[in-house]
Amino acid sequence: MRIRNISTVRFLDAGHKKLFLILLLFLGTLFVSAQEKKNKNVKYEFEVRGNCEQCQKRIQKAAFTIVGVKSAVWDMESHTMTVIINEEKCVLLDVKKAIAKIGHDNDEVKASDEVYENLNNCCKYVRD
Amino acid sequence: MKKPMLILTLLATIVVFAQDDVKKDTLKTVNVQADKKGIKKSISGTLNTTLVTSKELLKAACCNLAESFETNPSIDVNFSDALTGTKQIKMLGLTSPYILFTEENIPSIRGASQAYGLSFTPGTWVHSIQINKGAGSVVNGYESISGQINTELIKPIKDIPFFLNAYGASDSRFELNTHFNHKISDYWATSLFVHGNTRILKNDMNSDNFLDSPLGKQVNIVNRWQFSNSDTGWVSFINLRYLNDEKQTGELDFDPNRDKFTNNSWGSEINSERFDFSSKVGYVFKDMPFQSIGFQNAISNHNQHSYFGLNQYNIKQQSYYSNLIFNSIINNTMHKFATGLNFTYDKYSEYVNLLDVSRIDNSLGAFFEYTYDDSDKFSYILGGRFDYHNRLGAFFTPRLHLKYNPWENSVLRLSIGRGKRAANIYAENQQLFASSRVFSVLDTNGKVYGLNPEIAWNYGVSFTQNFNLFGKSADVTVDLYRTDFQNQAVVDIMNSPQSVLFYNLKGKSYANSLQIDFNLEIIKHFNLRTAYKYYDISTDYISGTFQRPLQSKHRFFTNIEFATHIKDGGKQWKFDYTFNWLGKQQLPNTRTNPIADQFPEFSPSFVVMNVQVTKTFSSTFEMYLGGENIGNYRQGKAILGSENPFGTNFDTSIVYAPIFGQMYYAGLRFKIK
Repeated sequence: MRIRNISTVRFLDAGHKKLFLILLLFLGTLFVSAQEKKNKNVKYEFEVRGNCEQCQKRIQKAAFTIVGVKSAVWDMESHTMTVIINEEKCVLLDVKKAIAKIGHDNDEVKASDEVYENLNNCCKYVRD
Repeated sequence: MKKPMLILTLLATIVVFAQDDVKKDTLKTVNVQADKKGIKKSISGTLNTTLVTSKELLKAACCNLAESFETNPSIDVNFSDALTGTKQIKMLGLTSPYILFTEENIPSIRGASQAYGLSFTPGTWVHSIQINKGAGSVVNGYESISGQINTELIKPIKDIPFFLNAYGASDSRFELNTHFNHKISDYWATSLFVHGNTRILKNDMNSDNFLDSPLGKQVNIVNRWQFSNSDTGWVSFINLRYLNDEKQTGELDFDPNRDKFTNNSWGSEINSERFDFSSKVGYVFKDMPFQSIGFQNAISNHNQHSYFGLNQYNIKQQSYYSNLIFNSIINNTMHKFATGLNFTYDKYSEYVNLLDVSRIDNSLGAFFEYTYDDSDKFSYILGGRFDYHNRLGAFFTPRLHLKYNPWENSVLRLSIGRGKRAANIYAENQQLFASSRVFSVLDTNGKVYGLNPEIAWNYGVSFTQNFNLFGKSADVTVDLYRTDFQNQAVVDIMNSPQSVLFYNLKGKSYANSLQIDFNLEIIKHFNLRTAYKYYDISTDYISGTFQRPLQSKHRFFTNIEFATHIKDGGKQWKFDYTFNWLGKQQLPNTRTNPIADQFPEFSPSFVVMNVQVTKTFSSTFEMYLGGENIGNYRQGKAILGSENPFGTNFDTSIVYAPIFGQMYYAGLRFKIK
């Protein structure tokens, strides 16, 4: 698409060429920003290791420390974390890091052994 | 007629009920934590709420809403008065006018239906009941003072195709409930509930020549429509309901056609006809399950024609209620809020003998409620609403509820809130028409029958600890509540047995209550529930300070339930036993009557016991057999001056104990799943 546009530019004189390029650049920026306009309510599901109600509270609380997390629900049975985040304010990885930081392994980020060892006994889930 | 209905239906269909979704989530959480219990108390909720499930409602006769609280210590069910046979309930020692009743979050028993409304919802229609002690949420209004009770009816989408319940009792009362359900499409379902009850024989167990309970018949029909589409987020309910209730009571030989409005013999008829339409439309925003908007509308027409001897009382109430609510979050679900508008219109045509007290009441209000939940130990709900009411004026209603889990399996709750209401003095006290008492309103400057609105503050503290006792799960709860009246429409039957006085409170009036609950699962399927209750309900009357009449200071409650393991095909036995001990009660003043027509200052203490046995033959058929008041305790003298009902000492309203004595019943439930 862009290549074809540039080829048309050849038929224009230098002054118009510059103007056209600026216009193109401007339009291009608009296009890109439109495409990358972040969604304010994106739902993600991922696995977080944990056992009990205490884990549930800890995991959900950790998720909420990230600005942009609107909703965070961890299901004790399935170990599925469901979050709704505002992608203008944060990315999913931030959430996963925050959860790992307080001791809960998830599909992308692992907790440090030290933090894991400090969890209550009932919260010490089986690690891979 | 058809056209406005159609437009209304359409209007209703335009906007969900956000609250439903929020609630659903809460309920889900509770379900995960608790066993299959009939009464659930959550450790995580901010409000002091007890959830009564349909399982609990099967434990007693539960013919109607009033009776469904008999196995629940938070609510005291009064004995049916000598005349109308209806049971009133109390919370924190205060009678039902101080409780806000809602049906699926639409205010239901209020105004003209206050006295008999609890008998207008058959027990089989009920899916669950939420009992909230204390001030409660501002979302449903400003009227609640001692608590809120919300009833959820069976939802058409989750209903079974057919249900039949038949009931018969030794007091010659018979009931028939039939439910039909049809799933129209993936999104639409409808239910039709038809209820009929009747009491056909004249009973006079205490030989005072008066019926112990009225003859009666009721037809009650509801048609519900539910729409739910989780893909688009739209939800809707439409309800249509018709009720006709007729009661006849009085002397045994009273014949309405012959003796109505004469001195031949004393009798009474109370006929109520009611029509209800309500709709809810809700929308849950796409990708935002925490944000929703709901719009509910309700229209009702309640018409009561009645006479009590020579006293005539007629009341017609036409109402419109509308509520728009928006639920969302601030940043995240730790900070939730609900905001919206209410509108209420009530047109009363009310006649007390020749006195015309008809009026129109309307109010418009806006509310905002913020909920903080740290998703761990601490949460609070701060709510406020501002209302303008043509009789109550412009006023602000603040409410605050706090919850804290100090350690594992424990919860501490605090609540404080203000309530304000216009007392419908005649409708709420109509049992007093069945006496020779002269009604007098002593104040004239107020806007509600000459009285000022009632204003009260309610404060509460509650602590629950769940623990293991010898390896069995147990819990103990202590509830301490105080209601402080700034103004009250005092109903004074302490002054003279020949009068009832209504006046604005001068001095102090309060209701203190303490409830200590202890529950234990003795073995699997064998549960013990006990409660001790202490009430100190004191009012400054013209003639002195007294405890509220017909209220025990001390009460003790026990419920034992036992069930066998469920065998193949769902076969099971269930046993249930309820024990109530009521301490002495202050009785209305009858000192100035001749000795034969006097009551002592206090009633004796006594015990009432109920039992029920249920045999489940399969998952679709069961039968039950029960007894109420099996100890056969009876109030000896129920009606003062019964030998001369047109004389000056006649009074049927002083009922502190059962009148009928023991009563046995049997019933069956049949389902097609």
